Amino acid sequence: MLHYPEQFIFEISGIIDRFVDWILDTFGGLFDVITTVVLALFNGFDFVLSAIPWWIYIIAVAYLGFKLYSYLGGLILATMLFLIAMFGLWDPMIYTLVIIFISVFVSLIIGIPSGIIMAKSKPIESIFKPILDGMQTMPSFVYLIPAIMLFGIGRVPAVVATTIYAVPPLIRLTYLGITNVNKEVVEAGKSFGSTPAQMLFKIEIPQSISTIMTGINQTTMMAMAMVVIASMIGAEGIGDEVLISIRRLEVGRGFQAGLAIVFLAIILDRILQGFASKFNRTEGLDV
Amino acid sequence: MSKHIKVENLSVIFGKPSQVEQAKSMLDTDMHVSEIMEKTGVTVANRNVNFEIYPDELFVIVGLSGSGKSTFIRTLNGLNKPTRGDIIIDGENINDMDNMRLRTFRRKEVSMVFQHFGLLSHRNVLENVEYPLEIQHVDKKERTEKALEAIKQVGLDGWEHHMPSQLSGGMKQRVGLARALVNNPELLLMDEPYSALDPLIRRDMQNELLNLDDSFDRTIVFITHDMNEAFRLGERIALMRDAEVVQIGTPKDFFENPANDYVRDFIADVDKTRILKVRSVMRKPSYTALPSDHPKTLLEKLESGNLEFCYVTDDDNKFLGYVTTEQLKRSKAKSLERLVTEDNTVINRNAYLKDIWKNLSDATFEVAVLDGKKRLRGVISNDDIINVLAD
Ligand SMILES: Nc1ncnc2c1ncn2[C@@H]1O[C@H](COP(=O)(O)OP(=O)(O)OP(=O)(O)O)[C@@H](O)[C@H]1O
Ligand SMILES: [Mg+2]
Repeated sequence: MLHYPEQFIFEISGIIDRFVDWILDTFGGLFDVITTVVLALFNGFDFVLSAIPWWIYIIAVAYLGFKLYSYLGGLILATMLFLIAMFGLWDPMIYTLVIIFISVFVSLIIGIPSGIIMAKSKPIESIFKPILDGMQTMPSFVYLIPAIMLFGIGRVPAVVATTIYAVPPLIRLTYLGITNVNKEVVEAGKSFGSTPAQMLFKIEIPQSISTIMTGINQTTMMAMAMVVIASMIGAEGIGDEVLISIRRLEVGRGFQAGLAIVFLAIILDRILQGFASKFNRTEGLDV
Repeated sequence: MSKHIKVENLSVIFGKPSQVEQAKSMLDTDMHVSEIMEKTGVTVANRNVNFEIYPDELFVIVGLSGSGKSTFIRTLNGLNKPTRGDIIIDGENINDMDNMRLRTFRRKEVSMVFQHFGLLSHRNVLENVEYPLEIQHVDKKERTEKALEAIKQVGLDGWEHHMPSQLSGGMKQRVGLARALVNNPELLLMDEPYSALDPLIRRDMQNELLNLDDSFDRTIVFITHDMNEAFRLGERIALMRDAEVVQIGTPKDFFENPANDYVRDFIADVDKTRILKVRSVMRKPSYTALPSDHPKTLLEKLESGNLEFCYVTDDDNKFLGYVTTEQLKRSKAKSLERLVTEDNTVINRNAYLKDIWKNLSDATFEVAVLDGKKRLRGVISNDDIINVLAD
C-alpha cells in the first residue's frame, strides 16, 4: 500500500502532444509569420546595436546618467558598463539587449493599445483583469513550455516567451493611468467638445504619461529577468554564460556573468526611472 | 448673443435602469427623495425642476452639498442626460441634440468653469487657453491671438508660459475662466468656481466677474453653496434643497418674501448692507422712450400711466437722459431728440447699497441704473433701499 496503484496512472502527455500537433497543423501559417517577423526584428535590431562602437555606449550612458542624476551618477553607470566590457561579455550583452529591446518594442505595440481598450470598455476590462492577474502570478519558467512547443528551440521562442512575460505590467499601468486621470480634467475636455480621439491623444495619454513610463520601466525589467531564463531554451547572451558556468561548475565565471547581469539591470532601470521622473515633474499633482 | 434657457419638469435620477424606471413613477408623489432612495436604491438628484433663465442674466443656483446643483448645471451642457423633462435652449431641446450637434454646441456656444479648475497639467497657461480652439482646428496664429486676448481679459498677461503647477489657486481659476471665454460662448457655466479659493481672493474674483459680465452679453449660470456669494452676484437666485427648487427670485424677493422657514434660516446670516448691490434691488423702468418717438404720443402714454418723466435710450438701450411730462406739454417740437435732458445722477448697477445710499437720499425721484457699457438696466429710488433693508 506504499505505492500509488499502477493501474490508476493515466498520463495526459500523449493527449497534449496530439493537441500541440493539431495546433501546429492548423495554425502553422500563423507561427511561420511570427517566426519571420521576429527574425526580421532580430536582424534589424542586431544590425543597429552591433554597428555602434562600444565606447559610444559608454559615453551615452555617462551623459544620460549625468543629465538625469549627477556627475557621480553618470560616472557610476558608465563604470558598470565598462566593467561588463572588461569581463569580455560585450557581445553576449548586445545579444541580450537585442532580445530585451525587441520585447519592449513589441510590448509597446501590444501593451499600450490593450491598456487603453481595457480602460475604455467594461467587458474587455472584466476579461483582461483575471488574465493579467493570472499571468503575473505564474512563475517565469511556465512561459518557456508553450514557447518551445510552438516555436522549438532558439532565438524566436526566447523572444516570444520574454515578450509575453514582460507585457502585463505595461497593459496594467496604461489602464491604471488612463482610468486615474483626474475626473474634472476629463470633464473639462468633454465640455469643450473634444472628440474621443482628441480626448485620448490630447488629454488622457499626456495626463497618464508618467504612469505609462513606469509601466515601460517595469516591462523592461521583466524582460531583463526573463531573457536570462530564456537562455535555457536556446537564447544566447549573458544568461547563456551563467548556464554554461553552472553546467561546468565554473564558479568564478558564473559570478562574473551574474555581476554583469546585475549591472545591466541597474543601468536600464536607472535610465528609465530618470526619464519617468522627468515626466512627473512637469505634471504637478493637484491641478 | 446670449442664451435663453427654459427648464421644463426636469428630473435626473442616477441608478440602474430598472430601478430608475421604478423611481420615475414616485417622482410625482409626495414621497421624500430619501424615501425613494430607500425603496428603489436610486439617487434622485433633480426632481421636477421648472424655471427660466433669461438672456444676459447672471443666474445663481445655491444650496447645500448634495442638493443637486452640479447635476443640474451638468445637464445644461449634456454631461448628464435628463431622465425626464426638457431643457430648451434658444428654442432647441437638448434631448434632440445628436452627438455631432452636441459637440458643436459645446465648442461654440457653451463653456464651463470647474471648482478644481480642471486644467491640463501638461500644458502651459497659453496652451491651456488655446485648447478649445485647437480641437476645432483653428489655425495656430489665430488661436494664439485669441488666447492671449482672453488671458489679458482675466489679468494674467505675462504668465502665458508658466505651468499650472506654478500658479496660485486664484490664478489657476483665472486660467480656467480665460479658457472658458476664449471661444466667446453665449452661455457660461460656473460650478462653484471660487469655493476652493480663500476669502480675500474670492472677493476679488467676484468683482472681476461682475465687471466682465458688465462688458459682455452673455448668460451666466453660477453655482455656489455660499449664500453671501449668491446674493453678491446673482440677479436672480434659485435655492435648491433635496433635488428640488425651493424658491426662485431676486435677492430682494428672498428678503421680502421668503418662501418658508428653510429659506428664512438660509438667509438669516446674510449681511444685507454689505452684499446687496444696486442690481439686486433695482426695478425695471416703468417706461422707456426712444429718440425717434413722437413727443405727442409719448405725452399721452406718460399721462395715462401717471408718470412725471421717463428715461430715453437709443436702439441699443444706451442711456441718453430723460424727458419730463412738463417739458413735453410745453414744447411744440416734432422730435424728442432736442428735449432730452442729460442726467448726471446715474448709478452703476454693481455699486453696493451702502455706498450709494447718500446720493439717493438727495435725489427727488428714481435714479437710472447703468451697466459698464452705459446701457440702462433699471431704476432705483430711496424707498426701494429702505424697503429692502428695513426688516
Ligand atoms: N454620476 C453620478 N452617479 C451617481 N450619483 C450621483 C452622480 N452625480 C451626482 N450624484 C448624486 O446626486 C446627488 C446630487 O449631487 P450633486 O453633485 O448634483 O450635488 P451638489 O449640489 O453639486 O453638491 P456639492 O455642493 O457637494 O457639489 C448626490 O447625492 C450625489 O451623490
Ligand atoms: Mg457640486
